[in-house]
Amino acid sequence: MSERTATIASRVGLHARPAAIFAGAVGALDLEVTIGLEGDPIDDAMDASSILSLMSLGAGHGQVVVLRAEGAGADEALESLVAILETDHDAAE
Amino acid sequence: MQSFTGVGVSPGRIVGSVRQMPKAVSEPPAGELLASSITAEDAAVALRAAAKAVQTELKERSVTATGAGKSVLEATALMAADPMLIKGAVKLITNNGTSAERAIWESAASVAEILHNLGGYMAERSTDVLDVRSRIVAELRGVPAPGIPASDTPFILVADDLAPADTATLNPAIVLALVTSGGGPQSHTAIIARALGLPAVVAAVGVDAITDGTEIYVDGAAGSVTVDPDADQVAAAAAWATTALTLAVFDGNGVTADGHLVPLLANVGGAKDAVKAAAANAQGVGLLRTEFCFLDRDEEPTHEEQITAYRGVFDAFPGKKVVVRTLDAGADKPLPFLTDASEPNPALGVRGYRTDFTSPGVLKRQLAAIAAAAEGTEADVWVMAPMISTADEAGDFAAMCAEAGLTNPGVMVEVPSAALTAETILGKVNFASLGTNDLTQYAMAADRQLGPLAALNTPWQPAVLRLIQLTVAGSLAEGNQKPVGVCGEAAADPALAVVLVGLGVNTLSMTARALSAVGAVLNTVTLAEAQRLATIALAAPNALEARAQVRAELPVLDELGL
Repeated sequence: MSERTATIASRVGLHARPAAIFAGAVGALDLEVTIGLEGDPIDDAMDASSILSLMSLGAGHGQVVVLRAEGAGADEALESLVAILETDHDAAE
Repeated sequence: MQSFTGVGVSPGRIVGSVRQMPKAVSEPPAGELLASSITAEDAAVALRAAAKAVQTELKERSVTATGAGKSVLEATALMAADPMLIKGAVKLITNNGTSAERAIWESAASVAEILHNLGGYMAERSTDVLDVRSRIVAELRGVPAPGIPASDTPFILVADDLAPADTATLNPAIVLALVTSGGGPQSHTAIIARALGLPAVVAAVGVDAITDGTEIYVDGAAGSVTVDPDADQVAAAAAWATTALTLAVFDGNGVTADGHLVPLLANVGGAKDAVKAAAANAQGVGLLRTEFCFLDRDEEPTHEEQITAYRGVFDAFPGKKVVVRTLDAGADKPLPFLTDASEPNPALGVRGYRTDFTSPGVLKRQLAAIAAAAEGTEADVWVMAPMISTADEAGDFAAMCAEAGLTNPGVMVEVPSAALTAETILGKVNFASLGTNDLTQYAMAADRQLGPLAALNTPWQPAVLRLIQLTVAGSLAEGNQKPVGVCGEAAADPALAVVLVGLGVNTLSMTARALSAVGAVLNTVTLAEAQRLATIALAAPNALEARAQVRAELPVLDELGL
């Protein structure tokens, strides 16, 4: 099992637009990726390809989340996903 | 020839074919199980297919949509086939044998509740989840999706009533007219129709039975709807098309036949509206709704954001009056950071100026931003507070304006107590503006949105006219000739506009679309005639008679098809 932490960079948190970008990126992978708040039990982790899961996680700006995946290429995949979460997508506009 | 009578809320005569707006999707009964002929696997497959179909349709619509409507459609398309939503439903189907419709209903309800409990922005998105749910259930049942039908050919939309959200998907190039079985003269349907310049009839009982594709004639002034129109009606519709063209322009000078000046101003909701209103020759802005700056937000806009938003409006009217109404949140315009959505009676709750009691600071900061935006522009900036009930409130507001450096404070008169005490209130501020929509709902104790109360809810009610007369009398008694204007939907009705002028109202503010019609009719009457018509309306036994008697004295209305 690969595991990475990421700090949410979007100023309003993981809301619709950043969540959509992230969910799209997860959906394009051939891996099952989960996301949970740092410190939460691993069983509470949610499907990272679901925009509604991401939104209901309620992760705010500056909060730390844990990404987990298993299988070939998991390390590289998580690395790229961390980069997405640590980008402020609201600053692009 | 079958016909229906309702309330005409936006003039125009048109012939077209009917498209019914699909009914809202009903809740599948709690505990509904799979039919014995369907396996859980098949039901899950059907559910996934329905979700995918809804997603595809929303995606396709988002391609052609623009602005706010586009981003809403894109977000809801993503939600439609979301794994969390679908997995939750499939679990119910597999474990409990729940029907697919009921399963998606419950799954979406729990997702929506999670989002709702997060508050703020996420809470607002919970309605998107519920919208997606309705679409998926409609798809599973094989019935049309809720909302305005998608079509390439023009049609007359027949509905129960429209919601503000429907505006985003209403294409005025395709929808020819609006007819509703519910709603009243102040309903959202009426406001949308006037803003878009679409003929509209509301509260026409029975129109929901007209089948799709039926040809009908709609007269938005008379309030009538006729199935299979005759040659005369087809000719009337053709004549209206010509009149509409000649009525399209206002010359920028509101004046009666004998030269009494009545500036005609525009109601605007932002810079875009203001530019349009200026192009339509509005003589200023009688009502700048500042909610546009605050709606769809979970926190207060910054000082700089507010300045930019207000300045966009001021810049469109150099040398002209712009009346800014401070934030009017609450009741039908809730704001998460300001109003309490759980109030048992929001129309009588903490709304308008009253939000300053519970959330002090927001109004003060707004006044500071208005003052900063006014600096360096050529607009003549006036400021007024909504929902003022007492002279003390008016005095407090005037003091706050003075502190911010705003020299022309005023109040909205929309609570009957303010009309009754106009003299003392005007002793504290410089002007009054009658908000006839709310004044009517409060005077008649009739909710603006309720179809069955449409007959009560019209500013033609002699009681409402009397309150307007009292407000003008209060200004006269105060003695400093402080102006009294009207900025409600009443000012957009050309016949009622004449009555208002006769009652002594100084300015009329309306949707920019109505300027030309009101200006044209006003031009044909003298001030003395307007006063005579006002006396007739005040003495009428009821609203219908008041309207009928005044209209009978204004043959120009029929000539123009208004």
